[in-house]
Amino acid sequence: MRRHAPRLGSLAVVAAVLIVLPFVLSSYHTYLAAEVGIFFIAILGLNILTGYTGQISIGHGAFMAIGGYTTAVMSRDHHTNLLVTMLFAFAFSFVVGVLFGLPALRLSGVYLALATFALALSVQYVPLQWSTYLGGSGGVQSSTTEGNVWLYGVSWATAATLFAVAWLLLRGRVGRAFRAVRDSEIAAVASGVEIGIYKTLAFAISAAFCGAAGSLYVMWLNGFAQPQEFAVGLSLSLLVGAAVAGLGSLWGILAGAAFIGLLPQVSASVPVIGNQHGLDVVYGVLVVLVMLVLPEGFAGLLGRLRVFTQGLNRESTAVKLPESSSQ
Amino acid sequence: MLRIRTSEFAIPVALCVAGAIFLLVGSLESTQFARLTVQGVAQGMVYSSLALALVLIYQATHVINFAQGELAMLTTYIAYQLIQWGLSYWEAFAATLVIAFVLGVILQVTVIRPVQHRSVIATVIVTLGLFLLIDGVASWEWGAQLIILPSPFGSTDLSYNVGGVLIEHLWVGTSVVVLLSLAVVWGLFRFTKLGLAMRAAALRPAAAALAGVRVDVMLAIGWGLAAALGAVAGLMAESSNLFLDPGFMQQPLVFAFAAAALGGLESPVGAVVGGIAIGAFQILLTGYVPALGSNLQIPFSFAVILGILLVKPNGLFGRRQVQRV
Repeated sequence: MRRHAPRLGSLAVVAAVLIVLPFVLSSYHTYLAAEVGIFFIAILGLNILTGYTGQISIGHGAFMAIGGYTTAVMSRDHHTNLLVTMLFAFAFSFVVGVLFGLPALRLSGVYLALATFALALSVQYVPLQWSTYLGGSGGVQSSTTEGNVWLYGVSWATAATLFAVAWLLLRGRVGRAFRAVRDSEIAAVASGVEIGIYKTLAFAISAAFCGAAGSLYVMWLNGFAQPQEFAVGLSLSLLVGAAVAGLGSLWGILAGAAFIGLLPQVSASVPVIGNQHGLDVVYGVLVVLVMLVLPEGFAGLLGRLRVFTQGLNRESTAVKLPESSSQ
Repeated sequence: MLRIRTSEFAIPVALCVAGAIFLLVGSLESTQFARLTVQGVAQGMVYSSLALALVLIYQATHVINFAQGELAMLTTYIAYQLIQWGLSYWEAFAATLVIAFVLGVILQVTVIRPVQHRSVIATVIVTLGLFLLIDGVASWEWGAQLIILPSPFGSTDLSYNVGGVLIEHLWVGTSVVVLLSLAVVWGLFRFTKLGLAMRAAALRPAAAALAGVRVDVMLAIGWGLAAALGAVAGLMAESSNLFLDPGFMQQPLVFAFAAAALGGLESPVGAVVGGIAIGAFQILLTGYVPALGSNLQIPFSFAVILGILLVKPNGLFGRRQVQRV
């Protein structure tokens, strides 16, 4: 079994780089790095559901929308501090996640994929229908906005906190139950795992993570929550990010978040494909390729590399490399 | 494959009969109800053929093709391109079906086959990748233009007058074309050697292979057939739209999902019945409850999917899955 706690060494490297980054990067690049942090949170959440519990969701953009609109509406109507709205977004998404997770219990495999796909397509129409409160197609503007360094700091601080939360949760009893549900529901039931509770819990936790990410996403969009930002493409890119990330590796999630966060910027600067549709084509091709070439995502690739280098080390009688350097 | 044993399906059959009686009585009572019913059934035909395409693929490979709607959209654009190059509508229609078939076979062989035995998540992600890819290609090539496809059934103002009820030519034409294509698919599966081999490959791949059926080839043909059915759905859905838009099959796809969920993903008859039921229900509901408007159509179908799956997790016509540990 792959260990889900990253080694302390790589954790320290990532933390150090993240702390230094805002002093090195330009304001614009700090802004982009903040986006990567936001997607890191969302993929982390989706990974708990899809990777650890084996429940597929194509609709987690909906929970980002819930979180985002919570922030925008609270800020617009009550001038609430943005950080406080994020806590509310987290809690509210958790509750909605429980409500959605309860019926989703009965669904598995493709049926759950169908239901969540419909959720992903539905979500952008809700603000259009109740436009008096949710702003319609024009969106909702929060009363305050923040600068790029603030966004960067808050995104990555939240990401670090939630990463620790996920780690604590997954290393113990709950994580074991999640993996048991993934590997065989029948065996899990036979071993006394209450699959109903754990499936709902996994759904709610991942929804809450995505809610927090959505809240930050709206702050990142200059406090502007608009329906088209939460269209089906967002849900799909979260799943793409989770697929690129693979299961249970900090590096994998970083790679997945960077992939979906930065690819639009990178491909926009390439001449021929430098438009939205070119991006979709690139996305699509890469997703299919990643699934064909890297079935276990970036994390699986790292795992294979590790096995490979360990094999090399064992063959040669050279001095053993310090463990953290191979990561 | 396309037969129902009534003993097993007493409740769903009773529900269908009750629904049909409701529509019939309503239509006799009110001309507006009759008009909406006919429109709904025609609309439902489109969902039926798309849902049947999904079911064909699901039965054979246990994959839900999330790109089915986008594939149908792409083939509709191909039909448009062929018409631009001078073909008549029906020539383009036939050519498009062939192109769609080839496209389906190619997709199965190149991207689906390598992942199909891996996991549900892997195949779902691959078809979602195709969704993005096809959407991007079509938007890139044709997205910026305002494209109006000629209606195959004459002007939209033309109607038949049946006992005071005005029924548009379009609705009749759509229904006839879809019913014909469903009949062809049914005949293929029921009466031909190829159909028999395809059924065998879908139901018992190992046994079929031992009996000399080329399972891989059959699965590829299944994808091709599904793509061709999708192309029919795309062209027929287009004929009731004003102009072509790369996103135009997303809503029908969700309704087709609802139809397939209603009928059960394993049941072709269920998919067709489910499609018609969803179409009639949708048109009647929006006709009588204008407050639902166009914004709530997809959320509504989402609620339908969820509601059905809660009561019958394998759909109305689906069998309970027995799992071996």
